Amino acid sequence: MQHPESPFSPDPTLAHDDHAVLVHGLTRKFGTFVAVDDIGFRVRRGEVFGFLGPNGAGKSTTIRMLCGLLSPTAGTGMVGGYDICTQPDEVKSVIGYMSQRFSLYEDLTVAQNIEFYGGVYGLDEERLERRKRWALEMAGLEGKENVLTHALSGGWKQRLALGCAILHEPPILFLDEPTGGVDPVSRRKFWDLIYDLSHRGVTVFVTTHYMDEAEHCNTIGLIYGGRLIAIGAPTELKHQLDRFAIFEVHCENPVDAMDLLRQQPWTAETSIFGSAFHVSTTVIEGAEDRIRALLTGAGMHVTHVERIFPSLEDVFIHLIAEEDARREKTGAMTP
Amino acid sequence: MTRLNIMPIVRKEFRQIRRDKRVLGLLLFIPGLMLVMFGYALTFDVKHTSMAVFDQDRSRQSREFAERFFVTEQFVRVATVERESDINRLLDSEAACIVLVIRRDFARDLARGNTVSVQVVVDGANANAAATVLGYANTIIQQYSSAILAGTFLRAGGRTLSMPIDYQPRVWYNPELESAKFLIPGLIAFILMVTAVISTALAVVRERELGTMEQIMVSPVRPVELILGKTIPYTIISLVATLAILVLGYLLFGVVLKGSAFLLFIVTVLFLVGGLGVGLLISTLVETQQLAFMIAVIVSMLPTFILSGFVFPIQNMPVPIQVITYIIPARYFLVALRAIILKGAGISAFWDQFLFLVGYAVILLGVSSMRLRKLLH
Repeated sequence: MQHPESPFSPDPTLAHDDHAVLVHGLTRKFGTFVAVDDIGFRVRRGEVFGFLGPNGAGKSTTIRMLCGLLSPTAGTGMVGGYDICTQPDEVKSVIGYMSQRFSLYEDLTVAQNIEFYGGVYGLDEERLERRKRWALEMAGLEGKENVLTHALSGGWKQRLALGCAILHEPPILFLDEPTGGVDPVSRRKFWDLIYDLSHRGVTVFVTTHYMDEAEHCNTIGLIYGGRLIAIGAPTELKHQLDRFAIFEVHCENPVDAMDLLRQQPWTAETSIFGSAFHVSTTVIEGAEDRIRALLTGAGMHVTHVERIFPSLEDVFIHLIAEEDARREKTGAMTP
Repeated sequence: MTRLNIMPIVRKEFRQIRRDKRVLGLLLFIPGLMLVMFGYALTFDVKHTSMAVFDQDRSRQSREFAERFFVTEQFVRVATVERESDINRLLDSEAACIVLVIRRDFARDLARGNTVSVQVVVDGANANAAATVLGYANTIIQQYSSAILAGTFLRAGGRTLSMPIDYQPRVWYNPELESAKFLIPGLIAFILMVTAVISTALAVVRERELGTMEQIMVSPVRPVELILGKTIPYTIISLVATLAILVLGYLLFGVVLKGSAFLLFIVTVLFLVGGLGVGLLISTLVETQQLAFMIAVIVSMLPTFILSGFVFPIQNMPVPIQVITYIIPARYFLVALRAIILKGAGISAFWDQFLFLVGYAVILLGVSSMRLRKLLH
């Protein structure tokens, strides 16, 4: 769906292909350290693709390679129909990029920042004026054109940075941890903007380590230790845990309870969730009673045990544990 | 070749400079302050030296002799000494720098044709000034001596005596031997180097530190556009500073540009390009503004001040240091500047220095652009 006010013009070569981003065997080494290890995936046009993983997993390195900021050690990538290795300049013309640093000039006013980035992208006067009005409205900064960027709060800076990054109406948008250091209300607003862009046909590639944000994505790729260990829609990923039952347990001494449960052959993973913890079991029938019996038998007071539908976090804890086990077996270093 | 998209960066750079009152103040205020400081305070001229006279003879002739010192600009009479012990007191308290001691019987001995001794006691704490002052005193005494000799000869029945060698000093280019005239070209070099190197290095490193460089790098802006956009504003500011120094130099010290303004402009731009190259190079080597500032100060200010011939003549330096001065670009720029401003010389007078400046500009801007390009890709 395209919005009449912003006729994004994707590259014609995209018409033959449904994918905005195609990555194959992408690898980046820094010395002997392999930051990104042979990853491959596709991002469909117009979808919100979440790239999820712990800090240092290789999220930023991947996004920087896709934006032409860093050249890959091996592998290929196509962005908007252009090769990231041989056509970095063409790639730059079809993408917008925003990092968690927001990259604004704090000593310039809101309008001056917009004018600068508009100029850098070669917008003519008439288009710049139109896009400036759009960006101000989008960021909720109307009437604040002449305020120094320095004086804006985190959420405003974030939305202004997004506005500046897409002044040239790119069909593909890369966001590198765009919600870092921003309050929950602003995060919520920001995701509304991302959906809005996605509905207008913009492909959004976003890295995050917030699980709730990952739930908002059409597709999620989980990167861990430089390797892509899972990819799929959030519900698909959750179904990977169908062979387990997940229970949420409230009891008086969760740490000891988790230790005890972990020693049982019929449990898989335990992880803390606030004041409670989650435990996954390989047996499904009667598992709830077993948990109660075990903990009560050890003299612990159990308040509540309930089988729950797995969250993404449960999925990732399982996937990461499996990956660690796999690497231990193959003798590879665990990150 | 497509049109270069430089204006957005240039405009932004000017806006930032204007916003940052400290930098703006630094760029505008420092040259003025330095001109006044160096022009007035850093002077090698020795004028109005305070002199005390201990005239033990108290004759008409001794007074006339002493008066010879005060008709020039070089000496000012500050005290008349009555007792021997006062000499110490005057020199110790720095009430006088030099004391002229005329012995009793000065006039009588001269009349008899005897050689008389005149003592000059000088405060040697400032060796340079003392040497200069002694030189002045010597000249005055020699002239007086010659005059007496000529008079004696005439009275003895000779013809008017003419000295075998007539000393006719002519000082070219700076006839009043004013230090300011010598220093102003040096000051231009100094200020240009400092503004070009420091401001360029900071302007680029700041963007790397803040992450805005990354944002520019994902845009279609090419490295050449970025380099030009970053350097043009500082070139303009530096040229304005040069003009300001020339105008101030004229108003305050009467230094007139004798040579071609166009040639001065060309040489200045060449020197600036090299300086901007140094600034860019620094910005590719370090990551923080603090470090960039320190390195920029060390490589620009100190060598330009000490090793360029700005203040200290290169030929007076030990040979190893003299060798080092050959890699200081300001050395060549200074020769060219002094030639153009003070002598009104054309390019033929300093073509070798000119070639050095061209080489220096090409090499530094080339190397730094290459490094920056690599950094951007």
